[in-house]
Amino acid sequence: MADYGSLQVELVAADRLVWSGEAKMVIARTTEGDVGILPGHAPMLSVIIEGVVDVQTAEGETWIAAVDAGFLSVANNRVSILSEHAEMSHEIDLEKARQDLERAQSSGENDDAAQEAVRRAEARIRAVERAS
Amino acid sequence: MALSVREYRARIKSTESMKKITRAMELIAASRIIKAQQRAQSAAPYARELTRAVSAVATFSNVDHALTVEPEDPKKAAILIVTSDRGLAGAYSSNVLKEAERLVEKLKEEGKEVDIYVSGRKGEAYFKFRQRPVVQSWTGFSDQPTYDVASDIGSTLISAFLNETGGEPEEGTAPGVDEVHVVYTRFRSMLAQEPVALRMLPLEVVEGEEKPTEAELLPLYEFEPSPSEVLDSLLPRYVQSRIFFALLQAAASELAARQKAMKSATDNADELIKKYKRIANQARQAGITQEISEIVGGVNALADAQAGSE
Repeated sequence: MADYGSLQVELVAADRLVWSGEAKMVIARTTEGDVGILPGHAPMLSVIIEGVVDVQTAEGETWIAAVDAGFLSVANNRVSILSEHAEMSHEIDLEKARQDLERAQSSGENDDAAQEAVRRAEARIRAVERAS
Repeated sequence: MALSVREYRARIKSTESMKKITRAMELIAASRIIKAQQRAQSAAPYARELTRAVSAVATFSNVDHALTVEPEDPKKAAILIVTSDRGLAGAYSSNVLKEAERLVEKLKEEGKEVDIYVSGRKGEAYFKFRQRPVVQSWTGFSDQPTYDVASDIGSTLISAFLNETGGEPEEGTAPGVDEVHVVYTRFRSMLAQEPVALRMLPLEVVEGEEKPTEAELLPLYEFEPSPSEVLDSLLPRYVQSRIFFALLQAAASELAARQKAMKSATDNADELIKKYKRIANQARQAGITQEISEIVGGVNALADAQAGSE
């Protein structure tokens, strides 16, 4: 396999830089489905939805983060993931995420906002479960 | 001697306790500015990436978006005025409001109606007192704004911009406007903050002021699912992030203005105390002098009386 180097990843929330570092693979969920990005990926701008972002570093570590809807941009081995809110799996309060999910589901509303809240809570729970 | 020594002492005491308060507020504001600046700094990567993405889309696709189209014959404008929640910040809020009034005048001269949106209790009170209508106001966060507030304000303004002007607004949405302006205070340095007015919508995508170097030239992006859909979700976020930026700047400016105001209040208190102390000492000395001359006068009178009787 040709060596394309490694990816410079930045996971950015609206109010802070959540994580940055080198990685050999990033997996995120876009509106079209999950994408996996390896070094040498073609430049891409894509819309991501609430879900889990999986970053595998060159040392074989896996970082998992829950993100809200946002963007993914890839260019010259730089991957930026922008989301209004993003949390690394170790920062997530699982109890609170579960409560949020229950509240969102039991509110009985079925509009976009409620569904978004459900997806957001689910993403956080999934991120914690995947990480453990 | 207008007042007795005791009264001057009471004044000195009250000025001293006032000084303690203003001094404490000065120190609190000073420590919060640092935090506000840090917050502004940590919000910078998001804004930077977003701007890059927006200019990438703008460069590589000729998609017109509702948020970038200049309406023909604009008739109605919305202004978001960013003020503080609390006073004791010198002329901070009144400067912003003055700038906003100037903008209102200018827009009215151009024949546009103006809808006012306010953030911060001071601005709200200003318009309430003058009984002028405010479409919507947000309060309670002026010295530490969160992104959620910015996104709330942003979506309200965007929906106002996207709504038809003239017609009755739908239930729960803002009345339509043709352009959106924001008036906030730009934080230049600890000593200088200036109120600025800028037009937020329709968006003008301005690429970075300096020319990008070779390495920074934007690559040919693939858009997923499509350029227009990417733009659809990109632009509202861009607007929100700009509003967030304005709120953060305003917060830092507010704290800097408060620190400055409280510093001069403390200095004034110092001067007052000095002045009162001088007057009080003079009064005390005058009292003593009078007592002495009374005693001396009394002794002399007694001595005279005794000399006369002998």
